[in-house]
Amino acid sequence: MRIFVCVKQVPAGDSLLRVDGASGCVDDGDFSYEMNESDAYALEEALQLKEKHGGEVVAISAGPARAASTIREALAKGADRGVLIEDDNLAGADAFVTARALAAALRVEEFDLVLTGLQSDDAGFGQTGVVLAELLGLPHATLIVEVQAEDGKLRVKRELEAGWFQYIGMDPPALLTIQSGINKVRYATLLGIKKARNKPLTRHTPSELGIDLAPMQTVQRVYVPAKTKQTVMIEGSADEAAKQLIEKLKFEARVL
Amino acid sequence: MSILVFLEQRPDDIHPMSWEAMAAGQQLSKELSVPLNAVLAGGGNAANTAAAKRLDGVFVLEAISRGAYSADGYCAALRAAIEKLSPTLVLFPHTYQVRDFGPNLAASLDRPFVSDAVGVRAEGGQLVFARQVYQGKLHADVVPAGDPPYFASLQSGAFRADRLEPAARPAPIEQIPVEIDVAQIRTRPEDPFQESKGEVDLSSAEIIVSVGRGIKEEENIALARDLAEAIGGELAASRPICDNGWLPLERQIGSSGQTVSPKLYLALGISGAIQHVVGMKGSKTIVAINHDPTAPIFEIADYGIAGDLFEVVPALTKALGSSDD
Repeated sequence: MRIFVCVKQVPAGDSLLRVDGASGCVDDGDFSYEMNESDAYALEEALQLKEKHGGEVVAISAGPARAASTIREALAKGADRGVLIEDDNLAGADAFVTARALAAALRVEEFDLVLTGLQSDDAGFGQTGVVLAELLGLPHATLIVEVQAEDGKLRVKRELEAGWFQYIGMDPPALLTIQSGINKVRYATLLGIKKARNKPLTRHTPSELGIDLAPMQTVQRVYVPAKTKQTVMIEGSADEAAKQLIEKLKFEARVL
Repeated sequence: MSILVFLEQRPDDIHPMSWEAMAAGQQLSKELSVPLNAVLAGGGNAANTAAAKRLDGVFVLEAISRGAYSADGYCAALRAAIEKLSPTLVLFPHTYQVRDFGPNLAASLDRPFVSDAVGVRAEGGQLVFARQVYQGKLHADVVPAGDPPYFASLQSGAFRADRLEPAARPAPIEQIPVEIDVAQIRTRPEDPFQESKGEVDLSSAEIIVSVGRGIKEEENIALARDLAEAIGGELAASRPICDNGWLPLERQIGSSGQTVSPKLYLALGISGAIQHVVGMKGSKTIVAINHDPTAPIFEIADYGIAGDLFEVVPALTKALGSSDD
C-alpha cells in the first residue's frame, strides 16, 4: 500500500500574533513553525497502516522552502520519502491553490491512499483534502476516526455530529481527511532523525508542474476581532450574587 | 442575481444551523433586493416548514431524499439545482455534512468555497466574507475570485435563527428532477450509529451549563449537574474535563468538540481558551463564574461573577429552586 500524507507547516500554537495595521497582514517575523496538528495524526495513521500492511509512506507539502523542515520531521517519524512543491507564494495560499499544487505533484505518482488532516490550525479552511479529491477524481470521506484496509478495500469510520458515527466503504485509490485524536502520535527518535537526513526529498516548482497560482479567494485584511460585549460584573456574597444573576437573566437578558 | 440557501435534511427535521444560513440569506436578499431560494432533499414536512419563511421559492431534490447521504449524490443533485437556478451566491450551514461535500461541489464547478464564515456583506459590488483565522484569534476579510456562483458556509451562531422572518404567505414548492446513476456513487455508506448511550445534541440545547478545569475534582462535577438540572439545561465541558474522562467526549464544547449557540451558556471554572471559545461564543447570553477576574472568559461574557464557584454554584442552584413560580 502506498500512502501519501499531505502535511502543512503552520505557525506554532503559541506564536505571538501581531497585525501590521498598515498592510492588514500578520507579522510573521517572530513565528516558529510546526506540523499542523491533524496532519500529524494523518501521518501517524499512515505509518500504522504501513506497519500493518507494508508499503510506502510519502509526506507531501506545498509551501515555501521552510516547509522542507516539516517534511523532514515526517521522515524522522518514519515516512520513506518526501515531496515538496516549493514556492514562496504557496505560503498563505488558499485551499484551492494548495490543492492544485498537491494534485499536480500527485498526478505523476502512483498511490492507494491520500491522507490529509481535517483542517489547518492557521487558515482553517478545512477543505484542502476535499478539493484535492475532486481534482484527482478520487472518492473521499472526511472526519475519519478509524481506517480499515482489508482485501483491497477500505472501510472507514466517519465522525458525524452529536456522538453519531458511520462506516463507509470505498475502493482505493481514495482520499481521507483525518480527525485529531484518531491515534496516539509518536515522537521522532534520535535514530529516526539521523536516518531522515538520507531519505529522498523531491522538490518541484509550480512552473515545472504547470500549476496556476492565481488565488481563488483573496484576503483583503486581517484584524483583531472587535470585542462586542460589555461584561456586567456582579458583586456581593455568593447568595446575593446568585440572586442578582437570576434576576438579570430573567428580566434583563430574558433567557430564563 | 439571486441567493440560494442549502437546508440540511436530517431523518426527522432540518439541521437547525440551516435556519441560521437562511437568516443570513434573508438579510442579504433584503440588502441587495434579490430573490432568495432554498434547496433541500425534502421528505416529511421539511419543505413546508421552509416555505413558511420569507423567501421566494423552495426547491426539493427528491433524488437525494431517498437513501443515505453520499458526497457524490449530493454534489450531482446540487449541481442540477445550481444549473436550474443560476444563483449568484450559495449559502450553507457549516455542518459536518457540508464540510464533506460543499468544497467538493464548488471545486467541481471550478469555484472557491469560503468555509466557516462568521459574516458576509456586500461592499462595492462584491461579496466580502469575514472568517476566523489562527483558531479565532484573528479575523480575515475574504473575497472570492472569479465569476459567480460563489459558495460559502456559515459558522454556527454567526447568524441568529430566531431573527428569521416568516412568510406573508407560503412560498411555492417545486421539485427538481435529478437522475442519479447508482454507479456514480463511489462510496458505500452504512447506517449511522451512536457510540454511547444517553446521547445529547448540544447544538439544539437552549441552556448549557459547562465546566472547566476550575471544577478541580471529578466528584465536584455533581455541583454543575445539580445546577444544570435546576436551570433545565444540558451539562457540557471544556476539553480537559473530557480528556480526564470526567464527562463523555460528546459533551465537549470547542474546536475539537461541538459548536453551540444556546440562549444561555454558563461557564463554570472555564478560563476561556480560544479552543473552547470558538465552540460557544455564538451563545446569546454568556455567564462566566471564575475565581480569576483576569480570565479571558470575562472578555466575552455578558455577566460575570469573579468568585469561588464552589460557593456561587450551589447558591445559584438553591436560588433557582426557591424562585420557581
